[in-house]
Amino acid sequence: MEIKVKYFGFVAEETGKTEEIIALQHGISEIKEFIAFIFNKYGLKDEGTIQVAVNQVIQNEGTIQYGDEVAFLPPYAGG
Amino acid sequence: MDPFERYSRQIQLSEIGNTGQQKLAKAKVLIVGVGGLGCSVAQHLVASGIGIIGLLDHDLIDVSNLNRQILFTESDVGKEKVVVAKEALIIMNDQVQIHTYHEQLSFEKALVLFPEYDIIIDGTDNFQTKYLINDVCVLTNKPWVYASIYKYQGQLSVFNYENGPTYRCLYPKINNKNISCEEIGVLGVLPALLGTMQASETIKIILQIGKVLSGKLFILDLLTWQEQQITFSRSESQILVAKSREKVEYKNNGSFKACSEVYLDIRERVDTTIDHDKKVLHIPMAQLDKRHVEIPRNIPVHVYCQSGTRSRKAIEQLSEKYGFQNLVNVNGGIQSLSL
Repeated sequence: MEIKVKYFGFVAEETGKTEEIIALQHGISEIKEFIAFIFNKYGLKDEGTIQVAVNQVIQNEGTIQYGDEVAFLPPYAGG
Repeated sequence: MDPFERYSRQIQLSEIGNTGQQKLAKAKVLIVGVGGLGCSVAQHLVASGIGIIGLLDHDLIDVSNLNRQILFTESDVGKEKVVVAKEALIIMNDQVQIHTYHEQLSFEKALVLFPEYDIIIDGTDNFQTKYLINDVCVLTNKPWVYASIYKYQGQLSVFNYENGPTYRCLYPKINNKNISCEEIGVLGVLPALLGTMQASETIKIILQIGKVLSGKLFILDLLTWQEQQITFSRSESQILVAKSREKVEYKNNGSFKACSEVYLDIRERVDTTIDHDKKVLHIPMAQLDKRHVEIPRNIPVHVYCQSGTRSRKAIEQLSEKYGFQNLVNVNGGIQSLSL
């Protein structure tokens, strides 16, 4: 089961890429679990400021499915 | 100059016309932060004939601003941004009234200033001011046009527009690590593009045409041409957080406004009090996470407990988690203060 993942802002620097396809691990069906999996995979540290969109909608709960697109969106400060 | 001729190319548009141009001429827009975004948005709003534009910025022009803050020239380095921007904008269009505020935005100032304008535009470079703009826009019922940039990427949205979602609904938790253009660099054209988009949204709001970017976050990456339009919804609990700012600020600034320093007592129970001349804020250690917003950031805060050990821990916690830089430990604890 494959998920398309996009990384923005400093998250892209932490992961070293702006996007990738991830084959979903067995046992992961919730968005929360998937977020935790990515955080763990790249050692991301954040205290709840990064928002996550699934298929272009901000959501942290619910299930994740084949073909979903998940985007990691940290806030930007520059002006 | 004949205004009809001057604006003829936009008056020709069926959605604008003379009526639309009159709406623009009556509009009052406040730009907070005259940096890369602010310079760009101001230029386009002035050119399109907005009636009154307010410019707020406490900064002076630095030579490193010149790659993107295109209202400024080499000979302006060291001068006040708002003054130079006003001069440049008046040369472009002397029919526009420009008000300048050479100061940092405070809660009190925002509460007085925002009601004088129809729309607030965010050209700031730090999270604290973005949340401040958000909360005061909620309190004064004003829409605000947001943009933020990071290296080659930009975010754009319109918050608090016709009961739409706010910045807190999108990003409920404040990030205290500001990553500024100074630290990480920025492509000069990036704020020019995003600022132009902010001007476009502002004009659409004034004219009430098209689809305003409310409840949507637009993200653009100039390096890869990746773009996203993310949908998010209004959170009533976050609106309440924005509204409660008044209480928090009152607690903060109302009682501490005239102080040059404050004492923070983190003991669970207050049995001994210190010198009555000293301003004391009491937040038990266990409540620091919940109530850290009550602690002033702009004056020294002396933190104490019984012996000086827990207060040291509290300072570590507050600095690490919430970015406080003004906390001083009272090494000897309460005894060293109460005499």
